[in-house]
Amino acid sequence: MAAPEDLRFTRTHEWVRIDGDVATIGISDQAQGELGDITYLELPDVGERVAQSQPFGIVESVKAASDIYGPVDGEVVERNEAAVESPDLVNSSPYERAWLVRIRLDDPAQIERLMPADEYDTFAETATPH
Amino acid sequence: MAVEPLIFELSQPERRGVRFPAPDVPETPFPDELRRDRLDWPEVSEIDVIRHFTRLSQKNHAIDINIYPLGSCTMKYNPKINEAVARLPGFAELHPYQDEADAQGALELMHELQEMLGEISGFDAVGLQPAAGSQGELTGVLMIRAYHRERGDTARTKILVPDSAHGTNPATAIMAGFEVVTLPSDARGNVDLEAVRSAVGSDTAGLMITNPNTLGLWDEHIREVVDLVHEAGGLVYNDGANFNAILGIARPGDLGIDVMHFNLHKTFSTPHGGGGPGSGPVGVRADLEAYLPGPRVRAVRTEAGSGNGGATDEGVRFEWFQPEKSIGRVHSFHGNFGMHVRAYCYIRMHGAAGLRQVSEDAVLNANYLLARLRDRYEVAYDRTCMHELVLSGSRQKANGVRTLDIAKRLLDFGVHPPTTYFPLIVPESIMIEPTETESKESLDFFVDAMLQIADEAERTPEVVTGAPHRTEFKRLDEVAANRNLNLRWQPARAEQAAAQPKEALAAD
Repeated sequence: MAAPEDLRFTRTHEWVRIDGDVATIGISDQAQGELGDITYLELPDVGERVAQSQPFGIVESVKAASDIYGPVDGEVVERNEAAVESPDLVNSSPYERAWLVRIRLDDPAQIERLMPADEYDTFAETATPH
Repeated sequence: MAVEPLIFELSQPERRGVRFPAPDVPETPFPDELRRDRLDWPEVSEIDVIRHFTRLSQKNHAIDINIYPLGSCTMKYNPKINEAVARLPGFAELHPYQDEADAQGALELMHELQEMLGEISGFDAVGLQPAAGSQGELTGVLMIRAYHRERGDTARTKILVPDSAHGTNPATAIMAGFEVVTLPSDARGNVDLEAVRSAVGSDTAGLMITNPNTLGLWDEHIREVVDLVHEAGGLVYNDGANFNAILGIARPGDLGIDVMHFNLHKTFSTPHGGGGPGSGPVGVRADLEAYLPGPRVRAVRTEAGSGNGGATDEGVRFEWFQPEKSIGRVHSFHGNFGMHVRAYCYIRMHGAAGLRQVSEDAVLNANYLLARLRDRYEVAYDRTCMHELVLSGSRQKANGVRTLDIAKRLLDFGVHPPTTYFPLIVPESIMIEPTETESKESLDFFVDAMLQIADEAERTPEVVTGAPHRTEFKRLDEVAANRNLNLRWQPARAEQAAAQPKEALAAD
């Protein structure tokens, strides 16, 4: 599926949706496709810090365990308990029901450095997610 | 073939395998606080036990049954002479607390094994204690840490690890308290030299490299990589998992490597899988010797004639000693001694020329598979490979057939699948290591199965995606198995299940 146009993407296959100074973070459809059936999510608690390009969580599938990297800096204000309970949501609804955490942004300007959807689609076609 | 019940499910009340004679000493009551009302042990006869475990063993896959091309694991045949020698009473019935004077033969064997491994790898000293490759890694990296600390060089907090490395490498570095810096690979599958150049510095404790690497490729810049790390003041660790490719051909010590582990359960034919147990000796250059785990064995010259008069050379005895700045013990007693005996036997049986032949045949076999498979499967890096090859299932993926499906389909041919989805840098990775012990007929059997699967992926992909078809159990629900771990038979749960109507179970 093509990446939704309102999202921004990292080279490590996370997506970000901005609403004021809050960023919602998830992993892309391409990433879930490569990982295969997802069995477990480890996510930070509310109040913990997420830092750009640093791992903040773990996604485990039947094939592998992978780090989830922070697309931007900020503090976790909410995490998706439904996704933690049913990690298969990441496979079935990566952009909607399976958002992972919401963070309050330190610096909204960081968003500008992330890839727009069309650029990410081109990137993901040639890159190897891992 | 029927589904084999659990031994608990074979249990019949009061059935006994052994009946003890009446005691000829007074009975002492068991303390009340240690008594239980119920002990859920299976009650079975001797023949019940024998048949149960014999049937289970027949369901196992093993190198003794068919080719086992599990990449990076070197599942070579374990010669039976190793077992015969390890069972000699002089080895098998030793106690680790036995006085060293009464175990001179065992000490001599360990001493010789240290020397032989050192000679094969180009290292000055070898410690035999670690019990696995991962434990050898941790031992090596703790020695690197001790080396820097001893010199007051505490700013070295980073270990560099290529992105093709085994997962144990970064895990080891983290366990030893280091920060991991991941290095990318270049277009030919080597560690990217420019990335090494820009990553090394005064904070570099060391670099962990696997050579040949997990892509089955010799790193073409190994000397430059080693020099760059050394110039920055760091040490170089070699993951010896792939040592089977270079016996008698190249010595890591000669390439400037500082520390390396051996996997006796890979390269030196001691049992692998089924719990082994493993053995992961560590080799080092002279100035790291004092940090090795202890006790180690050394030879001490004695006055001629005052030797112990046993099987050892006249005028030499062997003794335990603790290296001066040892990082400590990493295993109880002396490591997995039975594995030392088997590896010693293997090295002696082959000799120098034979070990070189082992590696030449391992590399030849892998390249034969590569040559026969390259037209039907994508090759990750198009080079002459070493002892293993990495293919990609990306062409088959276009037809909806994934590497996982190819692996499952191989089960229908009675073949253990190769390593899949590793190394991580190759999409749909299929990592195949035939080892030197497979004949041409055996290699052809594997290739024919892989070619048939490639045909099926094009013409009848559902045959592959629905595999396995001939095994007792079909495709397992790996997601459910991962999410709902059920690892232990529990009597309460079993009784509950038996009492429930079937509909309720299905909905559970």
